[in-house]
Amino acid sequence: ARRCASPAGDKMAGADGDDSLYPIAVLIDELRNEDVQLRLNSIKKLSTIALALGVERTRTELLPFLTDTIYDEDEVLLALAEQLGNFTMLVGGPEYVHCLLPPLESLATVEETVVRDKAVESLRKISHEHSPVDLEVHFEPLVKRLASGDWFTSRTSACGLFSVCYPRVSSTVKAEIRQHFRNLCSDDTPMVRRAAASKLGEFAKVLELEYVKSDIISLFTALASDEQDSVRLLAVEACVSIATLLPQEDLETLVMPTLRQAAEDKSWRVRYMVADKFSELQKAVGPEITKNDLVPAFQNLLKDCEAEVRAAAANKVKEFCENLPEDSRETIIMTHILPCVKCPEVRLNIISNLDCVNEVIGIRQLSQSLLPAIVELAEDAKWRVRLAIIEYMPLLAGQLGVEFFDEKLNSLCMAWLVDHVYAIREAATCNLTKLVEKFGAEWAQNTIVPKVLGMANDPNYLHRMTTLFCINALSEACGQEITTKHMLPVVLKMSNDQVANVRFNVAKSLQKIGPVLDSNCLQAEVKPVLEKLAADQDIDVKYFAQEAVSVLALA
Amino acid sequence: MAKLVDQHDHHYCTADVISAVEFSQSGEFLATGDKGGRVVIFQREPQGEYNVYSTFQSHEPEFDYLKSLEIEEKINKIRWLPQLNSAHFLLTTNDKTIKLWKVSERDKRPEGYNLKDEEGRMKDISKITSLQVSPVLRPMDLLVEASLRRVFANAHAYHINSISINSDCETYLSADDLRINLWNLDITDRSFNIVDLKPENMEELSEVITVSEFHPHHCHLLAFSSSTGTTRLCDMRSRALCDQHAKLFEEAVDPANRSFFSEIVSSVSDVKFSHSGRYLLTRDYLSAKVWDLNMENKPVETYQVHDYLRSKLCTLYESDCIFDKFECAWNGTDSVIMTGAYNNFFRMFDRASRRDVTLEASREVCKRRAVLRPRRVCVGRKKRDSDISVDSLDFRKKILHTAWHPTDNIIAIAASNNLYIFQDRHSHHAGHHLEQDRPPQLQDAPAQ
Repeated sequence: ARRCASPAGDKMAGADGDDSLYPIAVLIDELRNEDVQLRLNSIKKLSTIALALGVERTRTELLPFLTDTIYDEDEVLLALAEQLGNFTMLVGGPEYVHCLLPPLESLATVEETVVRDKAVESLRKISHEHSPVDLEVHFEPLVKRLASGDWFTSRTSACGLFSVCYPRVSSTVKAEIRQHFRNLCSDDTPMVRRAAASKLGEFAKVLELEYVKSDIISLFTALASDEQDSVRLLAVEACVSIATLLPQEDLETLVMPTLRQAAEDKSWRVRYMVADKFSELQKAVGPEITKNDLVPAFQNLLKDCEAEVRAAAANKVKEFCENLPEDSRETIIMTHILPCVKCPEVRLNIISNLDCVNEVIGIRQLSQSLLPAIVELAEDAKWRVRLAIIEYMPLLAGQLGVEFFDEKLNSLCMAWLVDHVYAIREAATCNLTKLVEKFGAEWAQNTIVPKVLGMANDPNYLHRMTTLFCINALSEACGQEITTKHMLPVVLKMSNDQVANVRFNVAKSLQKIGPVLDSNCLQAEVKPVLEKLAADQDIDVKYFAQEAVSVLALA
Repeated sequence: MAKLVDQHDHHYCTADVISAVEFSQSGEFLATGDKGGRVVIFQREPQGEYNVYSTFQSHEPEFDYLKSLEIEEKINKIRWLPQLNSAHFLLTTNDKTIKLWKVSERDKRPEGYNLKDEEGRMKDISKITSLQVSPVLRPMDLLVEASLRRVFANAHAYHINSISINSDCETYLSADDLRINLWNLDITDRSFNIVDLKPENMEELSEVITVSEFHPHHCHLLAFSSSTGTTRLCDMRSRALCDQHAKLFEEAVDPANRSFFSEIVSSVSDVKFSHSGRYLLTRDYLSAKVWDLNMENKPVETYQVHDYLRSKLCTLYESDCIFDKFECAWNGTDSVIMTGAYNNFFRMFDRASRRDVTLEASREVCKRRAVLRPRRVCVGRKKRDSDISVDSLDFRKKILHTAWHPTDNIIAIAASNNLYIFQDRHSHHAGHHLEQDRPPQLQDAPAQ
């Protein structure tokens, strides 16, 4: 259907045939169909219907209809709320945008949160299309109606609309808006107070500074002392926004007392929020206050009696340390932060962020305080904890340097190779490879290769196999000389092992390390052994030997 | 369905037996749930009477294939939400699944279609020359619809015995024999476990949770009672997992009264906070106790509900009656408490005057607008004609579910399939009763 340019007129642009009206007629009828999918479909095509009707009929017929016959299926209402947010042109442009307010006002009172939120979002969108006059004549009265509505739902929706209409209205109206917001902050019902608390920061941002100091601060303090835990914890979020708006000298008197109170709140959930927002708070309050107030608060959160709070604080250690002022960073970390860290999870977190901490603290100092933790975690009963530490090992080795590693951590790495959990042995093997890449082939030859090869004589066949897996992983990094001189003889010797699993892994190893060896060696030493294995009794050994022969092209 | 016959030969199905009764927060509505999984909602008319407003099927029987167990559709508890908008919301639960229902009214209907004529026949397409959006709303007979808004499932390994809505209007708890979970009303796929009594070794199991409730004002306090006769108060602020109680309310058992049945009769069957939030009312088999939250070692008041049963515990044990779970209730001003008993009797205790009364809820006795006469149970010889001897009490007639209007002196009493509503007029007890076995209208809830 073509857009109708003329206003009233029920003869539509379908003069070329009634066919063009038919699909629209179907859509309109389906707005009231029993089947929710059909209603949903029509709602999603609302713009098509509006185009066919033209701007005037959309305003005078379609919108009133939608306002009066709101069904309760969430999906339909949600789609409708979304559509209306984009309807400005379809009702005739900004001059008429206020016609969209009645249906959206109705949607802003439904009990389903997602629908209300979408209606509020659309209202916020179209508020920008209202002229300042229209804001005062149409929009602000809507906000007032919602704010004084009987139902919790309308009052909670009102909270989301104050910040969009405040900037462009006259000062009398501004005063009214501020009053309404104040009322909602002390509403009887927790639902409304929560909505007000969650919008406090956003509203503060559009207010003039004098009102932030006079109105917002007292509202913030009141909400932060609310009897409902769920309200107090939302006030913590608002704290960040408010702190960002105030000049430094006012923070100490206006914001810090409340923040201190929140960090020591009886409810662990409020303390959790403080921990969770800690980095943002740190940025908002600046270095001085951080040093004097936030550091002790952070210490307490790291030592909190509730594990959830400790974990949230631990997550922020890295960021907190990074954002400390350079001159005092080292002292603060060494004297205040590290000592608070007792439990394994938190220590692991610090260890993983060593690359930042290391820059300011000496290796010896660091290792003294952290090495016991590393050893403890490396030997933890839970294999996943051991696995996590192995994964940090290459990084640690790089941070701490080869001497320290050899002295303190080498034995750990070797012990992991014979752990009773396969995943650990596998990770340990991979770890060795990375270490060789970091420290070089010569180091490998002197320190780890002898130990790895020593395992070839272990009575446990699993450990003998680990030798082979290590050799597989290390041969390329170690290079031809070491592989030929030291590793190959051990592999070849294991071809006589009693256990078939070991023997077929010998074949696989030879296949893996073959490319590193020179062709003389391959012909003279590897080929005979593979041929012997190809004639083995065990069919797996035969299979892998034959495959190795063909892959290495030794046939 | 099994059919039970009461002494007057009235047949009714077990499905009609009322299993839950609850007034809404304003008292304008009263909801009942039955063993057949149905919910009936009554609305108070301007003249003061309660009439049926809506009926719907809340739960259906299910079969747990994994455990080869039937899950009953019986409604265990109903709780109303505080009013959000013009519609009304309530939570209903059976043994395993909690559901949130919305009850709303529709009294207008739009008329005039593009493609159909007045009688609903399709119009000739060529006759459509213009589009019609129907602005005409015709009034229609009031239609009350109940629609299912949320299903909170799969969070309980054991049978759910309680649900309670937090004063924050955002969360609620559900409790089964061993665990209490915390839910957000908007989120159905996750719940947090806040109390877990399950021992490492099930053979060490010594107590189960019987009832749990949130404090009416303090969002962080909850109470739960157990089969060993203790009631615990937990503070959700101190820990994420509330296994450690903040307070433990337990009265030492008098050694003189100790018997084989002591622990069984001490099991708490209901817990209710007073409206003021200062007291706790607990009901065990023989008595009702009022506790001050500030004093844990003994109740401030104890009311004997039917102490004459003490000598009959053995018989009651054999008939399983000793395991009956009686509910209790406070009146709006916390000055009177009420609880049910056997023989369709229920008891009210005035806390200030210490006077108590026994009343009977039964068809013979209650005619519309009749004033109820107090009853008495005597142990020995009858002193008056109207007395009932202990030995002739009918233990099949039990008043387990009772509710008191939040502000007015109106009480709802469920006696098997019958619902009695009594109102206090001019300090007399007058009443009318409504029968459950002939529901006036049954509306199909939309299939979910």
